[in-house]
Amino acid sequence: MSVNQATPSGAEPLVRVDAARNTFKVSRRSFVDPGILRAEYAEIFNRCWLYLGHGSELEKPNDFVTRTVARRTILFTRDAQSRVNAFFNACPHRGAQVCRERSGNAKSFQCFYHGWVFGADGALRSQPGKECYAADFNSEGAGNLVRVPRLEGYRDFWFVCFDRDAPPLADYLGQAREWLDVVCDQSEAGMTLVGGTQEYTIRANWKLLTENSIDGYHAINTHATYVDYLRNSNGSMSPVPFEGQAYDLGNGHAVIEYRAPWGRPVAQWIPLWGEEGRREIDAIYGRLEQRFGAARARRIACSNRNLFIFPNLVVNDIMAITVRTYYPTAPDEMQVYGWALAPREENAWARKYRLHNFLEFLGPGGFATPDDVEALEQCQRGFENAGEAPWSDISKGMGKAQPAYDDELQMRAFWSHWNRCVGAAR
Amino acid sequence: MANDSVTRDAVEDFMFLEAELLDEWRLKEWLGLFTADAHYYVPATDVAPDASPDTSLFYVADDRFRLEQRVERLLKRTAHAEYPRSKTRHLVSNVRIRARRGDELDVGAAVVTYRTKGGLTETYIGSYRYRLAVTAEGLRIREKRCLLDMDGLRPNGRISIIL
Repeated sequence: MSVNQATPSGAEPLVRVDAARNTFKVSRRSFVDPGILRAEYAEIFNRCWLYLGHGSELEKPNDFVTRTVARRTILFTRDAQSRVNAFFNACPHRGAQVCRERSGNAKSFQCFYHGWVFGADGALRSQPGKECYAADFNSEGAGNLVRVPRLEGYRDFWFVCFDRDAPPLADYLGQAREWLDVVCDQSEAGMTLVGGTQEYTIRANWKLLTENSIDGYHAINTHATYVDYLRNSNGSMSPVPFEGQAYDLGNGHAVIEYRAPWGRPVAQWIPLWGEEGRREIDAIYGRLEQRFGAARARRIACSNRNLFIFPNLVVNDIMAITVRTYYPTAPDEMQVYGWALAPREENAWARKYRLHNFLEFLGPGGFATPDDVEALEQCQRGFENAGEAPWSDISKGMGKAQPAYDDELQMRAFWSHWNRCVGAAR
Repeated sequence: MANDSVTRDAVEDFMFLEAELLDEWRLKEWLGLFTADAHYYVPATDVAPDASPDTSLFYVADDRFRLEQRVERLLKRTAHAEYPRSKTRHLVSNVRIRARRGDELDVGAAVVTYRTKGGLTETYIGSYRYRLAVTAEGLRIREKRCLLDMDGLRPNGRISIIL
């Protein structure tokens, strides 16, 4: 049976599923058509919960961060009462950005254009020439910074939503919550971002990075040189084989969970770390067993997770933990932001090896990510042929009772939900 | 060679040689310019210039072993980001000996590196901080730190070459 989601314009469907033949095809127009990008902003980025930042970026009262989220510039603050806030970074007077710094600590923000001053809670504190305004000018808060319609957090991951009527964040995350729990349970004191942001541009459609971030199939080919490096740095390949499963978590969220031969600072030892490292890892593992019992401790410590939260948050708990988000600026260009997440109480030894692990694989200077970037950009070049070579294939593992980590179930979960959002809207 | 007899000319010659080896992809010879305990760093653009890779996220933080592995990788066909290889040009300028300490020179310079591949040219703008060891064999790099004067890697998507 063919399921061709019809479109109002009568155009070809964007996703074509043939369950009888176990094929799942995505139209390459999805990656190149400016009309589809407009529909993605209208139906996805303007309506879904979007990752804004981590609570640890606002460690102290009056800490702030400015960030661009879905083409909005957002001021993310912790106010004097330790409440977390998200405002549009635009003066209610004439619109200039009230904060032009990337991050810092400030009790107030003064718009330099006409001098209006706002607290870290967004409230208007002063206006030069106040006597020229009505006495009740701000009685309804029209002079305050405008709050982002929705701001909610889960385990210190803070999300915004521009749709007032969206379901609560907890409902939106649904089954993905349990997977964030597995990551966050590594720490008793809470997780923290390590200082430093990796920011880069990829000349490719944003959905290619969604696919790539949860793709277990490409590792052996694309990352051959990283696997060589693992072998060289440890004397031989660790006996842990690549094996695991993929899960559709609903709402477009998906995850792969698998074993892999690399070292994990929480908590899988490798020979490179020596006897000192073995003692450290044993202690971390032992504490997890005390807290959670053998089975969950083993899952937290020894299995890897590439977790995708629709539409554009990736939490990959692999040889280190990266939090990654990305936005399209054009059909063939995206901006990527990557951070390193770690247990707050981690000692200097583990933090050092975590960051070493991170850089060996992850980020635009690592031994693996540059090859991913190349792959995505080569796909985008290939899509220039979309007129005559119109379909991408996402069929791997269809029909299996339990698709493996290197099948493509997780991508089908994304694309099916994407198609529900966008396919009918165009 | 005595530390206080090393001139800026000699340091410039050394740095220009390094740039040439990189641009000609003579990476094994380039490795020969480093001491056995060498480090090569490219910090993220939002951390302090003297940040440590043990506590902050960098783009690159190689010890000698990883530097060798980086070179080995870049010479393979399976380093897909650099196959076929980019054309690069490192322009090194404003070279200055900032301090002399024991057997070491603290050197600063400005650098612009162009990388061209697939019809696109990307620019990496920044400064260098070197700790150069003065040895019997000549100058050797003990630490090379490339500080990018950019807001992230925009529009660059990667540091797949050596900066």
